[in-house]
Amino acid sequence: MKQSEANCAACGERLGTPEQEAALRAVIEESRSMPGCLMHILQEAQGIYGYLPMQVQKTIAEGLGISLSEVYGVVTFYSQFSLNPKGKHRISVCLGTACYVKGSDKVLEEVEKELGIKCGECTADGLFSIDSCRCVGACGLAPVMMVGEEVYGKLKPDMIKGILDKYREESK
Amino acid sequence: MTIQQLDAIRQSKKALIDVRRVVREEGEKLAKETGYRHQVLVCGGTGCTSSHSMQVIAQLEQSLKENHIDDVLIVKTGCFGLCALGPIMIVYPEGAFYAQMTPEHAKTVVEKHLVPGGEIVKELLYQGTVHTDGSIIPFAETPFYKKQMRIALRNCGVIAPEDIDEAIAAGDYAALEKVLTSMSPEDVINEVLASGLRGRGGAGFPTGRKWSFARASKGDVKYVCCNADEGDPGAFMDRSVLEGDPHCVLEAMTIAGYAIGAHQGYIYVRAEYPVAVERLKIALRQAREYGLLGKNILGLGFDFDIEIRLGAGAFVCGEETALMTSIEGHRGEPRPRPPFPAVKGLFQKPTILNNVETWANINPIIVKGAKWYSSIGTERSKGTKVFALGGKITNVGLVEVPMGTTLREIIEEIGGGIPNGKKFKAAQTGGPSGGCIPASLIDTPIDFDNLVAIGSMMGSGGLIVLDEDTCMVDISKFYLEFTADESCGKCTPCRIGTKRLLQLLTKITEGKGTPEDLDKIEELCEHMKSSSLCALGQSAPNPVLSTLHHFRKEYEEHINEHKCSAGVCKALLNFSIDREKCIGCGVCAKNCPVSAITRTDYVAPGHKLASFSIDASKCVKCGVCMSNCKFKAVERK
Repeated sequence: MKQSEANCAACGERLGTPEQEAALRAVIEESRSMPGCLMHILQEAQGIYGYLPMQVQKTIAEGLGISLSEVYGVVTFYSQFSLNPKGKHRISVCLGTACYVKGSDKVLEEVEKELGIKCGECTADGLFSIDSCRCVGACGLAPVMMVGEEVYGKLKPDMIKGILDKYREESK
Repeated sequence: MTIQQLDAIRQSKKALIDVRRVVREEGEKLAKETGYRHQVLVCGGTGCTSSHSMQVIAQLEQSLKENHIDDVLIVKTGCFGLCALGPIMIVYPEGAFYAQMTPEHAKTVVEKHLVPGGEIVKELLYQGTVHTDGSIIPFAETPFYKKQMRIALRNCGVIAPEDIDEAIAAGDYAALEKVLTSMSPEDVINEVLASGLRGRGGAGFPTGRKWSFARASKGDVKYVCCNADEGDPGAFMDRSVLEGDPHCVLEAMTIAGYAIGAHQGYIYVRAEYPVAVERLKIALRQAREYGLLGKNILGLGFDFDIEIRLGAGAFVCGEETALMTSIEGHRGEPRPRPPFPAVKGLFQKPTILNNVETWANINPIIVKGAKWYSSIGTERSKGTKVFALGGKITNVGLVEVPMGTTLREIIEEIGGGIPNGKKFKAAQTGGPSGGCIPASLIDTPIDFDNLVAIGSMMGSGGLIVLDEDTCMVDISKFYLEFTADESCGKCTPCRIGTKRLLQLLTKITEGKGTPEDLDKIEELCEHMKSSSLCALGQSAPNPVLSTLHHFRKEYEEHINEHKCSAGVCKALLNFSIDREKCIGCGVCAKNCPVSAITRTDYVAPGHKLASFSIDASKCVKCGVCMSNCKFKAVERK
């Protein structure tokens, strides 16, 4: 999915690209009879749009015949759901205990410094966003961070620039 | 599928699995029956995959092809446990334990070991398996594995989790067969009760009692749930079971369904575990295809099916009522109990919820019997417990030991001690709900009740080792940051209590604490424990209370002397340069991010250049100067 297209959904009444809108409506239709379907639909919708813009939440609420506040309440309860677009490469630094005692706070600091943004933010060019997470279960490699699906382990702050440069090169 | 067909699968793959379980000599005999000269087991768990074990498999496949070898079987398994040395690869029938594999190493092993007449490549083995005289020690005899007893993890690292035939041959579904053919629901519950199995998710409630309550509840519709929302940071045993042997969970849930009269199960699993989710999906599909799930299981007239529900990152959803609220599609907030889930649970129907590791113990209890199971462990805690060893310890990984094993055995013998010659300070168990066990209590036999008695708890089994470089005030602040963040906000004592506790702890780590703060902390902790709605708030004070109890001096040092001996709390640190040691190279000044370091006029005797000094008013205490100085002239006090 292209970043620019996803942004359209946030600013206007449209639901992203026609393909995205069709996919969203299909998910709602398929799942609505399943008990407790809201979480599932939100997860699928976030997969389609990369995040959950207000218009998407409205559409889901209408589709299920529930109030927008109920949808919004669930979205904001769970840390996995995001109201803002994320970067093309999502960085997630593990701040679980095993990583923390091995210095993951310094890794996060270095990532923030290198990108000039804070945890939870996205760079102006849309290339990177930073989040922290609680344990990816790769404690043997602590401290750990993920860039997209890729796990980087046994990190030291001075390794961060090299890792990020790899992604910067790729997008040139 | 009929019982005869199930048995046929078991027999056809028996030798293949047995090769991986017996000693070398027997394995060599059995290997001839299997048609495979060697079996190469490569760990496909999250830890080893993250260190690129999939590339090792790709290289193995390519090199085998290039060398025209077609009688070697590659098996992608679950976790072997010794994650510190990943990626791990074991070659049978020799049982050669290769560690820290790379694609190049894989190529070498194919060319030197796996070719006909080849020999083990000793220099690539885990060096713990190579004797000083050059002979090879079976890995089961090494300190890491010797004291372990694998019940819940029996098939992890032994079978290919994506192949149901291997799971069946390794013993999965044998308990289901026994239950459906020869046991009544009451028999099943009595067996589980007699085994003494207690829930492995945290509180340690007797599993059999939970089941009997749900059986006694009236109603046509009941549910069986599996808690795979392993939220404790530092615990990854549930993930490893799901990745290494997903069928054992499906089987156990079906057995519980039969015992309480339920026909539908739900597995609530963290979305952060993509590998586990994928393997669960594959396992569900295969089990349905084989008629081990769905209508008329094994042709014996019992119906049961399971659905997966993904969590979305909320620690509180590990609490049973919150988990059920979340499956129902709402904000995952806990509900007051009673009514207990066994009476009114998921969708208001009688429900049982057990965690993954608890489910993993059911098959052996049914197959080998409650008597056997209850012979393991201590008087009130039966069986084994899986611990995720992490933090400042040499053998980071997953270990399963009988209840009653001491902390010393786990840390010093199995864990291989603390690296870099540092001193053991404390062990943290139970995650954000647990506490810290100080070095003085290292000989405590670990079981449910002993851990509670010393101010901690079993929790799900994370065991984080802390060394002398860890500040206990900072650790308790770390956990409060976590619980304050994860508090769902439904009840006041937890919502406000965690925030307020965190403020007090932050104040202390900044050197602004007063002795009265410690009294306030203790009082607040007691209120939270007694009045919070669910276990999250009731146990959130544990890390604070246990560190305050065992390490009170450290708190007092922060308050009275404005000092952090471990050198962690930044506000209490001061960096300075010893001008006699400084040779004036200027590396520190070059690397200082805030230009706080400048040259002085002083030239130390024996040096040519003037020394540097740090302007404390500009210094941000990042420590870059200290890590860059080769002459150890930068001091931290």
